[in-house]
Amino acid sequence: MASNYDEILQRLCYHLRKFCPPEVEITPQTDLIEQLAIDSVKLLSLIMEVEDEFDISVPINALADVQTVHELASLICKIKSTTS
Amino acid sequence: MKLLDKLDAVAATRKSLLPEGFDVFGIPIEEVYSSTEARINDRRILFLGTNNYLGLTFSPECLQAAQEAIASEGTGTTGSRMANGSYSGHRALESEFAEFYGCKSCIVFTTGYQANLATISGLAGAGDVVLIDGDSHASIYDGCRLSGAEIIRFRHNDMTDLEKRLKRLGERSTSTLIVVEGIYSMLGDKAPLVDIVRLKNAYHSTLLLDEAHSLGVLGETGQGLVEETGLIEEVDFITGTFSKSLGGIGGYCVSNHPQLDQLRYISRPYIFTASPTPATIASTRAALRLLRDGATLRRQLWQNAHQLYSRLSELGYRLGPEPSPIIATIVDTPRDAIALWKGLLDRGIYVNLIVPPAAPEGKSLVRCSVSAVHTNEQMTYIGDTFAELREVFQ
Repeated sequence: MASNYDEILQRLCYHLRKFCPPEVEITPQTDLIEQLAIDSVKLLSLIMEVEDEFDISVPINALADVQTVHELASLICKIKSTTS
Repeated sequence: MKLLDKLDAVAATRKSLLPEGFDVFGIPIEEVYSSTEARINDRRILFLGTNNYLGLTFSPECLQAAQEAIASEGTGTTGSRMANGSYSGHRALESEFAEFYGCKSCIVFTTGYQANLATISGLAGAGDVVLIDGDSHASIYDGCRLSGAEIIRFRHNDMTDLEKRLKRLGERSTSTLIVVEGIYSMLGDKAPLVDIVRLKNAYHSTLLLDEAHSLGVLGETGQGLVEETGLIEEVDFITGTFSKSLGGIGGYCVSNHPQLDQLRYISRPYIFTASPTPATIASTRAALRLLRDGATLRRQLWQNAHQLYSRLSELGYRLGPEPSPIIATIVDTPRDAIALWKGLLDRGIYVNLIVPPAAPEGKSLVRCSVSAVHTNEQMTYIGDTFAELREVFQ
């Protein structure tokens, strides 16, 4: 199971790929809404998948500060480190 | 981005999604004839989306009570109960609701939306957790936001997912408020309350059940899912609305926890708004009496619900998982939903249109709500119209 930032980022990109157009490149700086067109419904579905993968619960409130792939990976990292 | 640019973006999205020159979310009702019929433009239409489950909006008892209250107490209270006092009707309705549920206390709120806002934000706060079903109503989400508590969603009606999340919380599960609904407004399915109560007890959490769509609909006396399941002692707080089965506007919370009363002093959606009008309180009191004694109406409601659900199912419409007075046809795109909704309206049937992000899982819904007072003739016409449209939209 992924435990550090790089592994988490890699797994997150794998899940993100299912929610965005195939031609779009995903980097840590990619904006989830502007570039990947992840709307609120897709974001919540993505979060459910990520929660299962990392065995965490991501509070909805925490998502308000998330805009990029890096920020989401960091949030997962932070929650993972406080719960494991 | 300038302040108002985001509203232009909303307008652009609506324009791309909805038909030109036709405001599907602002249909003008020119005249209301009864609980089930009204006029839109020059056309007599059938209401099939109003949540008027028992058809009480034109009940003579409710009309008379409201008229007498206006004559004796005026049109409004012009302020909050904290500032302007509690009229006898407000206090009486709270006693009657508490007695109806066999609970120690009740608070009445100005709308059902505020009942959830006030109760959730009053019970939970910073450092607490609210664990809510993914299909929760907006009032639940907004109440959670207002509370400042950590908000965690579990998959709709998925008890394995709920338990997983309770387990992850560790000791924090004791400061967790689980929020579920008796009947979910989108697909009309019920919460698995037996399992939810088992988990709530196992993890020492607190449970709030919103009976907005199940009050008057489930249980021998219409208490809702708590009565149908016999679990009233196990549910900590029950909220609900006056705007569906009771045919008015307002909301309530009942509980056996003595702490409920403290919400009157800390809960902003209770404190900082005007209390319900005397007419609303009076008609709701009359409606509550009719609801308690409404076993015949409930039987008729469920007969209509089963009839329409079976007919639409036989016709091949994709529906919610179980028969209920809320019958949602599920379609893949907003365009398909609008076409079906418009087809029904053109044939004199007015239902609810629900498009993303309001509908679950990115789908779109054309949602019907049947009433106890829909006649056999009306129910047959509704079924026949859906059959005709099935041919058109095959």
